[in-house]
Amino acid sequence: MLLTSIIYGFVNSIILSLIALGFNLTFGISGVANFAYGALYILAGFLCWIFFNTIGLPYVLAILFSVFLTAISGLLLYHLVLLRIRGMVLAEVIATFAIGISVLELFKYFGFIGFEYSLPVFIDKSIDIGNVTIDMQRVLIVISGLILAILLWIFTHHTRLGLRFRGIAQNERTALSLGINSDLVASLSVSLGAALAAIAAIVILPLGTITVESGYDVLINALAVCIVGGLGSTGGVIFASFLIGYAESFTAYYLESHWVMVVPLVAILSILVIKPSGLFGVHKELEERI
Amino acid sequence: MAKRKERIDRGIKVRSEDIFALLSWKEMLYLAFPRLIPIVGLLIAPLFLNIYWQRVLISVCVFSLLAISWDILAQSGMISLGQSLFFGIGAYISGVLNHYFHISPYITICLATLLGALLCTLLLLPVLRLRGIYFSMVTLVIPLMLVRIIEATKIFGGTEGLSGLDSFGSPWIEVYMIVVILLICLFGFRRMMDSDYGLVLRAINDDDRSVINAGINIYLFKSQALFISGAIGAFTGAFVTHVYMFVGMPVFALDYSILPIAAAVVGGPGNLAGATFGAFILVPLSELLRGIGGLRIVLYGIFLVVFIVALPEGIFHFIKRKYFQFERWVEV
Amino acid sequence: MVSKGTLLEVVDLCKSFGGIQAVNLISFTLQEGELLGIIGPNGSGKTTLINLITGFVKPTSGKIAYRGMNITGWPAYRIIRLGIARTFQMVRPFYHLPAYKNMIVPLYSPRVKRLKGGRYGDRDAIALDLLEEVGFERDSFVAYKVASALPQGYLKRLELAKAIALEPDLIILDELFSGLSLAEVASIVPIIEKLRQQGKTIIMIEHRLKELFRIVDRVIVLNFGMKIAEGLPSEIMDNEEVKRAYLGTEV
Repeated sequence: MLLTSIIYGFVNSIILSLIALGFNLTFGISGVANFAYGALYILAGFLCWIFFNTIGLPYVLAILFSVFLTAISGLLLYHLVLLRIRGMVLAEVIATFAIGISVLELFKYFGFIGFEYSLPVFIDKSIDIGNVTIDMQRVLIVISGLILAILLWIFTHHTRLGLRFRGIAQNERTALSLGINSDLVASLSVSLGAALAAIAAIVILPLGTITVESGYDVLINALAVCIVGGLGSTGGVIFASFLIGYAESFTAYYLESHWVMVVPLVAILSILVIKPSGLFGVHKELEERI
Repeated sequence: MAKRKERIDRGIKVRSEDIFALLSWKEMLYLAFPRLIPIVGLLIAPLFLNIYWQRVLISVCVFSLLAISWDILAQSGMISLGQSLFFGIGAYISGVLNHYFHISPYITICLATLLGALLCTLLLLPVLRLRGIYFSMVTLVIPLMLVRIIEATKIFGGTEGLSGLDSFGSPWIEVYMIVVILLICLFGFRRMMDSDYGLVLRAINDDDRSVINAGINIYLFKSQALFISGAIGAFTGAFVTHVYMFVGMPVFALDYSILPIAAAVVGGPGNLAGATFGAFILVPLSELLRGIGGLRIVLYGIFLVVFIVALPEGIFHFIKRKYFQFERWVEV
Repeated sequence: MVSKGTLLEVVDLCKSFGGIQAVNLISFTLQEGELLGIIGPNGSGKTTLINLITGFVKPTSGKIAYRGMNITGWPAYRIIRLGIARTFQMVRPFYHLPAYKNMIVPLYSPRVKRLKGGRYGDRDAIALDLLEEVGFERDSFVAYKVASALPQGYLKRLELAKAIALEPDLIILDELFSGLSLAEVASIVPIIEKLRQQGKTIIMIEHRLKELFRIVDRVIVLNFGMKIAEGLPSEIMDNEEVKRAYLGTEV
C-alpha cells in the first residue's frame, strides 16, 4: 500500500538522519574522522541494556547513563588515540576504524548475539494515520529526529561553540590564532558526536534487537548520507537521508530485504562519480581537482 | 653539562659501503646477512615443519603478499581500507572458472590475477581523481557491497559458496609455490620501488602537483600501481581458493582488509620488507593464540592502533636503524 | 631575437573563485623568442593567470591558444607536454631527496623520453649535468646534498633546472628572484640569457622590478585581475596608473 510505504519511508529517513547527524558533526563539520561511530552506537545500546537488565536501573536512568558513558568513550577515544594523530586524516580513519571493528568483534566474541538483547519501547501503543497503524516508538523517533536536527542547526550556526566546531575544520591555523583551543573543540566534537550516536541508538534500537551487524550498517549509512548530502552541510545531510531513506524503504518493500544495504553503497559510488563534493557540499575544491 | 643523543653509523656499515665491501668477507657478510636470512630461511623452513605449521606458513606468506600489495598502494598515495576487495575478486574469479568451466587451477590462477587486477583497477578508476580519503572510503565500501550482492542474488553459490574445487595436488607444491612467489614479489617490487619508476610513484604521494608539472599523467601511474597491487591481491585470493578448495562470502572478510594494514604499520610502512616482517609477526602470533578465534581481528586492531600512535616508524625501521647505527650520549 | 610568430594567445580569460574574480578579461599575445614580464601588486592575479595558462586551474571563460592550437581546458600534464614548463612561486622540491634525485621526476617525463629518443641510460648523470648548468658546482658536491639542507638560492636554481630538463619552448618563471640576494640574482641572469639565445620564449613574473626591467622585452601589468598596462619597460615606468597600483613600492 502506497501510504504505508510513504509513512514508513518517512520514518526510515528520519532514522537515517538521526544516525548521520552525529557523524556529520564530527567528520563533516569539525573535520575529525571518527570511524568508530558504528561501534559507539552499538556500545550505547549494550550499555543501556546492561544498566536496565543486569543492574536493574530504571529505564530513564539507564538511558542517561549510557548516553553519558558513550560520550565519555568518545572523549577517551580522542585523548588516547586521535590526539596524537590529529591532522593526518588517513591515520585517523585507519585508527578509529580499527578500534571500531575491534570493539564490534569483541561484542560478537563475548556472545552478545540473540533475541534477548533488545531494549523495550518507550510507550507501547500505536496510533493510526489514515488506515495505517504506526507504533508510538516510530512517532517518537520522528519527533526526536526533527528536534535534534533543529537543535543542531541552531548550535552550529548560531552558538559560539558551534561556530568553533566549523572553524577548526576550515582552517585550523586561523582558528588557533583566533584563540580557539583546537584540541578542546575537537575533543568536544567527538564526544558530542558520540552522544548523538548514543541518542540515536536509544531511540532506534527498541525497534528491533541489538545486533553487531547493525553497527557496520550504521557506519555505512552514516557515511552514505554524509557523502551524498555533502560533508558539513546539515541541510544536505537531511536531504540525503530522505533520498536514501526512501530508496531503502522502497527497496525493502517492493524488492527483497537483502538488497536494502546495497542502496547506500551504490549511492556512495554514484555520487563520487557524478558530484564528489555531495549534493549540497561545501568543499567545492574536490571538483576543481585536476 | 647538557647531553644529547647522537646517532652514528656503525663502523662496519661505513666500511661496507660501495666497492669497499669487497675488501673483506666480514663486510660482505654484513651486507648479505639481512637478505640471506629470509631467503634461505623461507626456502628451508617447509622441510622442518609439520603439516599444520606448513599451513600456517602458507597463511603467513599470503598475508605478507597482501601487506606488500597494500604498501605499494600506500607508497603511491592510495590508502586502501579494503584489500579484501582484491583478494575476494581474485578468489571468486578463479573459483568460478574452476567450478563452471573446469579450468585447471594453474591456469585459473593466472587468469584470476590478470582479470582480477583489471576489474579492480576499472572499479577504482573514477575515484583516483578525488582526494585520498575518498579512495579509502570506496575501498572500504565495495567489499561490503559485493558481499551483500552475493547474499541477495545468490550467484556463484550465494551464501554457501562454491566447494569441491580442484587443488594443486600436493601440499609441497602449495607451500613452495607461495614461498617462491613471496620472495620474488618482495625482492622484485622492492627493486621497482627503489628504481626511478618507484621514485615517481612516491613523488606522486609526496607532491603530486610537482609530478603533474613534469608533464606526467599521474592518473596513469596511479592506475598502474593499482593494477600491480590488484594483481598481487588477486593472486593470493586465487591461490587460497585452490588450497582450501572453496570460495565463498568469507573471502571479503575484514581480516583480509585489516591485517595487511596492521602488518605494514607494525612492521614499517613505506617499506615492503617491513610489511612482510609485520605479517611474519602478527600471523603466527594470532595462530599461537588460537583459542581466541574471532578475537583475531581485535588483536590486529589493537596492534594497529598502538603502533600507529606510538611507533609510527614500525619495527622494521627500528631494527634496521639499530643494525646500521648506534646511539650514544654526547656532551654538548 | 628573430620572432618566428605568435607562440601564445590569450583571449578574454576569466576566472572566478566563488565570489572572487581573480582574473578578469585578460588578453595578450606572446611572440616566439620574447622575454615577457608580468608584474603587479600582490593578489593581482599573476599566479592565477599562469595556473590558467598551464592548465592547473580551469578558466571560467576565455580562450588560450598555443601555436594556434586551442588548449583551453586542457589538463595540466598535456599542456606541459606541448613544451611549456613552469616553476612555482613557493619552491616545491622533494625535501628528503638529494638535489640530483629531485631531477628524476622531470627527466621521467614522456616529453623528455620522446625528444631524447627512447631509453635513457643514466638519468643521474644527466641530472648532474643539468644542475651544473644552473650553477651547482660539480666539485663542491652540492648536487648530492639533501634538498632540505639547501639554501634558498640553490633551491631556486633547482626549480629552474627542473623546468629546463623538460626541454621546453616556453618557460614560465614565477617569482624566480624572490628571496635571492642581488649577487644571486646577478648570477642567475646569465642562465636566463643563455636560454634566450637557445631560442626559448620566457615569461617572468616578478616583484623585483629593477632587475626584471633590465632583461625583458615587454611588460604586462596586472591589478585586481585586470590588465592595466602593456608596453616597453620604459613606457611602464612612466605610466601613472601603474605607479598608483604600486603605491609604496619602489620602481
